[in-house]
Amino acid sequence: MWTIERILEVENLHVTFSTYGGTVRAVRGVDFYLNKGETLAIVGESGCGKSVTSNAIMRLIPNPPGKITDGRITFKGKDLTSYTEKEMRKVRGVDISMIFQDPMTALNPTLTIGTQLMEGLVEHQKVSSKEAKKKAIEMMELVGIPSPEERLKQYPHQFSGGMRQRIVIAIALICKPELLIADEPTTALDVTIQAQILELFEKIQEATDVSIILITHDLGVVAKIADRIAVMYAGKIIETGTKRDIFYKPQHPYTKGLLNSVPRLDEKGKLQPIDGTPPDLFSPPVGCPFTARCPLAMEVCDKVYPNQTELSDVHQVNCWLQDERAKKLLASTVSK
Amino acid sequence: MLQYILKRFLISMVTLWIIVTITFILMVSIPGSPFNDERASNETVQANLEAHYNLDDPYHVQYLLYLKSVATLDFGPSIKQPNQTVNDLLGRGFPISFELGIVTIIVAVISGIVLGIISALRHNGIVDYLAMGLAVLGISIPNFILATLLIQELAVNAKIFPVATWSSPMHMVLPVLALATGPMAIIARLTRSTMIEVLTQDYIKMARAKGLSPWKITIKHALRNALMPIVTIMGTLLAGILTGTFVIEQIFAIPGMGKYFVESINQRDYPVIMGTTVFYSAFLIFMLFLVDIVYGILDPRIKLHKKGGE
Amino acid sequence: MRTLGERYESHSTSNVPEEWFSLKEKDKEAAEVVLRPSLSYWQDAWRRLRKNKMAMLGLVFLILLSFMAIFGPMMTPYEVNVQDRPNQYQPPSSEHWFGTDSAGRDVFTRTWYGARISLFVGLVAALIDVFIGIIWGGISGYKGGRTDTIMMRIIEILYGIPSLLVTILLLVVLGPSLFTIILALTITGWVGMARIVRGQVLQIKNYEFVLASQSFGGKASRIIRKHLLPNTMGPIIVQMTLSVPSAIFAEAFLSFIGLGIQAPYASWGVMANDSLGAILSGNWWTLFFPAFFISFTMFAFNVLGDGLQDALDPKLRK
Repeated sequence: MWTIERILEVENLHVTFSTYGGTVRAVRGVDFYLNKGETLAIVGESGCGKSVTSNAIMRLIPNPPGKITDGRITFKGKDLTSYTEKEMRKVRGVDISMIFQDPMTALNPTLTIGTQLMEGLVEHQKVSSKEAKKKAIEMMELVGIPSPEERLKQYPHQFSGGMRQRIVIAIALICKPELLIADEPTTALDVTIQAQILELFEKIQEATDVSIILITHDLGVVAKIADRIAVMYAGKIIETGTKRDIFYKPQHPYTKGLLNSVPRLDEKGKLQPIDGTPPDLFSPPVGCPFTARCPLAMEVCDKVYPNQTELSDVHQVNCWLQDERAKKLLASTVSK
Repeated sequence: MLQYILKRFLISMVTLWIIVTITFILMVSIPGSPFNDERASNETVQANLEAHYNLDDPYHVQYLLYLKSVATLDFGPSIKQPNQTVNDLLGRGFPISFELGIVTIIVAVISGIVLGIISALRHNGIVDYLAMGLAVLGISIPNFILATLLIQELAVNAKIFPVATWSSPMHMVLPVLALATGPMAIIARLTRSTMIEVLTQDYIKMARAKGLSPWKITIKHALRNALMPIVTIMGTLLAGILTGTFVIEQIFAIPGMGKYFVESINQRDYPVIMGTTVFYSAFLIFMLFLVDIVYGILDPRIKLHKKGGE
Repeated sequence: MRTLGERYESHSTSNVPEEWFSLKEKDKEAAEVVLRPSLSYWQDAWRRLRKNKMAMLGLVFLILLSFMAIFGPMMTPYEVNVQDRPNQYQPPSSEHWFGTDSAGRDVFTRTWYGARISLFVGLVAALIDVFIGIIWGGISGYKGGRTDTIMMRIIEILYGIPSLLVTILLLVVLGPSLFTIILALTITGWVGMARIVRGQVLQIKNYEFVLASQSFGGKASRIIRKHLLPNTMGPIIVQMTLSVPSAIFAEAFLSFIGLGIQAPYASWGVMANDSLGAILSGNWWTLFFPAFFISFTMFAFNVLGDGLQDALDPKLRK
């Protein structure tokens, strides 16, 4: 028997931003967990709070204007929200690393690739420059950059977008972190390059057993590499389950809508976009935030936020349609 | 890189040539100047003028000879001070002006950058508002007004610093302060705004995600990128400081080139005005050229763009 | 708002009334509704500018200054250039609000005449800069290719010319007058504006609405006028606001080195230069008023320009 090690647990996370237009409640009570070696995808439209959530784990929310107002982030048994900035610095890059969306802007244009690769290592592990260089070359080889020795001396503008994203991944992995947060790692890349980068993620996970949180709006990416999926909407996780649960047994109307708005080869002409736009997070709705766009909205949805329904150990959904009374109502409407 | 330097050098030469040509055209077209009808009052002066500018030759020959004399750094005689050449005046005045200028630049750049960084890091805090309020004031008060104010308050009333001249470090304080405030304010504002922009870049976020200390992020990742726009305005700032020396030297009675230049303007000593203008222009264009090269060194992207472009 | 939300969120499932379980009337528009009222670009900019206290201070000062420049001289019985030697160096009083200068002229009257000159020089120079800059930068950016390369080379060459030196040279030769000062200031002043316009035009040239207009066979001049310019106005206005103070500074500077506007005009620079000696003998007001107005006018334009820069930046729109 082997035990599953729970590496990260986020409970009741709230993040707000105060702007001159008012307070934006970007993340409103998010719960999820991550096991060792697992890949969790957080999926949702832009502005739903998925990037804010990932930045909160790294404690990289710019303060002011942003603030974690409530909740706990437990990483390997320790609550990161109680860490000081200085303690947090020893976590970043060492235990938890992050990959950003746009490789064209994530690298400093005025420093060589080698400097940017090695500086994390030098900062945290006090290795000699020779040792650091050796490790840097190893990393470059792992992420698939040919002739690493010469390329270390080059600047970011001398690399293509796909190559730069490989370098960003190498930088994130050089201190052998246990958790990797990838924020839309393939969005800015060409489709052919996307596939290569996703394969690289699989290869890395095999080689290092790193846990990955994948932030994306692209269900294609999710289908390829995620183990579990959390669907986020307007600052809340509204459904979570395994890849199979979400793709084959989606329960929340929003999850269904997301899946229907992806073009598929087997079903012709059935592309259904979700009407409307997400709610304004300056004054989020009291009830379910999806009500205004939901094809099956009931009076109750506007008034009360639904509790979580456990469909299985890993599959949970927050939706009034799971209530017995709603099921009765739907059955009667259909029979009419 | 070599190609880049060559290109900048050619542009500098064309700019200089245009200035020399404009100067020549203006010189021969001034009505009532010694170059046209009027003869200088002093015999020696007239002889010097004729010898230097070849006034008896046709214009195109004069022009070519003038180009040649500029190329050999010979800026011609004065008409108000017999047997004095522009080179004599430059030799006496320029080292002092240069000293004033260099000290001013060092003070302005260092204090401007430090002020800008502090403001950017304390973005929208009290320190930021204070520093930027001072900077707007610094930009708004012309240096000659600031100079008189400083003399009045710190020299005449408080008697902390000497009123005028250029003989000891204490004498340097007020003129440098008057001259450096404007450029310092400009640098501080620019550093702040580029710094704030750079600090929101993804590569800064990435550096933070690596767990680097704020100090390292500021110095290693942000500052170098934030400095580039400052390098590009250095040319303009230098020109401002140089013209600033004209009035500052006048007010503080500093025997530099600026003071001679203003005197020559008031006396309408045309050859000195022309000669000094050409010399100063050449000097500034050379500085601009140096600035371009420094920019090329700071920004690694320039080396690759062999065919020019941004 | 928040407490209300939290209270509802903790509502337990069982005590939700049965009748709430009924399908909602479909209200398609409600899903698309935009929550905050939408403002036009200029309304939005004005709203943000109004919030900037410093910029508003600058704006109010400039409005008052313009008013005084027009009507100020009419408020006194004194002429701008009539000398009254026996009354020289009168301190500020009810008769001479800003005192009198070395020639017994009324400083109050002269200050507002100076405002006319400074504002006129500054505004006209800035307008000419904008005019040439827009044409040059617009054509260069819009045409692109060889035309752009050549036009930009010319700009690069002109950019290296130290403008104040050339200005001095021109004034020495042509003699200082209102016309020559403006000419000298604009001869190199438009270069910066042309660069900004070109940058803006390049940036939005490929926007879809421009491409759409082109594909319908729109004429180049019409596209520049109708589509490109309105969308580049922000930075142009800012640059213009900031180039007025540099023209005012240049005028004052030139007056100071003896190339200022001559009588019968009185400019602030000339007034300041005339009274440099007076300040040491204690007649502070002769220098104070022109110096104050030069500095505060430049300050007003600078803070207004800063405010406009923030207010007109489309990136900051919310």
